[in-house]
Amino acid sequence: MSDKNAEKIAKPSLIARIQDLIASKGGRCAMPVYILMLLGFIAPLAMVAGFSVAEPKSFTAFTSFSLANFAALFEGSVWKSFAWSIGLAAFTTAILVPICYPVAVGMVRVFGRMGSLAVSVLSVFPMFVSENVRLYGWILFFTKKGILDGTLALLNGQGPDVLYTPGMTAFGMVYTYLPYMLFPIVLGVALVPPDLITAARDLGASRFRTWREIELPLAMPGVLIGMLLTFVLSAGAVAESKIVGGESVMVVTNEVNVAFSYSQNWPMGAAFAVTLTFIIGALTIYAFRKIDLDKILGRA
Amino acid sequence: MENTRQSRAARDFIRVWTVIVLIFIYLPVICDALSSLSKSRYFSFPIKRWSMDWWVKTFNSMEIGELVRNSLVIAFAVTIISTVIAFCGALAFARYDWKGKKFFQKAILLPIFFPQPVLGLALLLWFNSIGVPLSWKTAAFAHLVWITPIVTLVIAIAVYGFDPALEDAARDLGASRFQIFRMVTLPVLWPGVWSGMLFAFLLSWGNFPLSLYTTGIDNTVPKWLYSKMVAGYSPMVPTLGTMSTLAAAVVMIAGGAAVYFIRKARSRNS
Repeated sequence: MSDKNAEKIAKPSLIARIQDLIASKGGRCAMPVYILMLLGFIAPLAMVAGFSVAEPKSFTAFTSFSLANFAALFEGSVWKSFAWSIGLAAFTTAILVPICYPVAVGMVRVFGRMGSLAVSVLSVFPMFVSENVRLYGWILFFTKKGILDGTLALLNGQGPDVLYTPGMTAFGMVYTYLPYMLFPIVLGVALVPPDLITAARDLGASRFRTWREIELPLAMPGVLIGMLLTFVLSAGAVAESKIVGGESVMVVTNEVNVAFSYSQNWPMGAAFAVTLTFIIGALTIYAFRKIDLDKILGRA
Repeated sequence: MENTRQSRAARDFIRVWTVIVLIFIYLPVICDALSSLSKSRYFSFPIKRWSMDWWVKTFNSMEIGELVRNSLVIAFAVTIISTVIAFCGALAFARYDWKGKKFFQKAILLPIFFPQPVLGLALLLWFNSIGVPLSWKTAAFAHLVWITPIVTLVIAIAVYGFDPALEDAARDLGASRFQIFRMVTLPVLWPGVWSGMLFAFLLSWGNFPLSLYTTGIDNTVPKWLYSKMVAGYSPMVPTLGTMSTLAAAVVMIAGGAAVYFIRKARSRNS
């Protein structure tokens, strides 16, 4: 019923837009992607939004209205999960920029063609291995009698007891999302014309000043995309807290999962997901307004 | 000359730092591989008795064969469907100038800039509410939502380097639209398409967060590994994990070599 209303309001502009799409070659080519996105991204998120304002514990959307699910955010400990997720995401983002930036500069300007190809293949490959397998390797590394502890025992020492802590969750996120920060920064650093750096140096600017006033501002679109990507992905991450973090902290996605499964309270889980999506979406749309993709991808 | 490059110290720092980062990336993969080669049921390091027992056991397990089949079926379906959709998408992204292009370029990125577990949960709720039973097919659909935009970007990068004058020339010489597509457009973009297929296959093969919520009773390799991980230590976990990693590496190297040779053959021809 509420669907019909929404249709009525959107109709004129929607039809005009669809006509635009069919009229142009590019629009026709974009159609399959748009249909997939509509069925697999927009509709599921709309359904989640519909559930988020349904009566708590109901199993149908769009038939009742209640804001009680959003009130639940402030009851109990759910707000803590939000704080942890946002905090961990901010930490991961902040620490990955300085980790990845030198590698990116190396790939663009130092390693040469074959060298940077090797480094990019080696750093893209982990994306093809499930994060749980890689995170499990860290358990084997840090566990009692594991690789680190066993090695230190030979030297009469012992490994640190770090597994299943909030710190380890953060460590896992830094590890998992490293490639997602690295590649956008590489694209960004590649946008900097080397001549400009030479010119600045010839004019007597110090290395630091050249970096701060020439290189960094020009590379900024890439750095910002990397930061955005890392932040949104780690804000919704769950594997790190479950596997290496031992659920020592509850993250938002875990709250959503628990509400959907054990508590059988879809509307409450939906409200948490909507809140997270809102935060992520606001950041993404804000950042997307400032970037020109033809410029960044067209050069690669 | 000196000025155009980083100073020697800076270059050395960058090299050492990159090696440290790469070790950091691969250390846990090596830990998995080491523990899969221990004979013992419980892992302890240094390894006292090395053996391939767990590799043999894992390889012969019926249950794991089933998982591998599921993962492969999903990965093949995702590769074919996503590449077809993404090929069109890449033309819209980079080849044609049209009214909604800037919007399209950003809209297509949204599923990439969205946490996969949350997308998986949203799709779970969606499938449940419209009454679609969960199976490998719903998982493949979930993979498509996330993988198609990535494949579109990969192919789009190749499309940016495509010279539209080639198509015009073929048209002037009297080629039909289908002939142009088959004999001009596709061959030139083939390395990009092939890379896109490779990405699609490998990203689907290794995907965990989407499969976790959308496969239902059909298990995949990453999902099975996770269920064993949280249940306590089994040497089969690092063993199957290492096998899966090696399989991905073989596919990536073989596929990458194919792209390289296609490019080389092309540049020799022209």
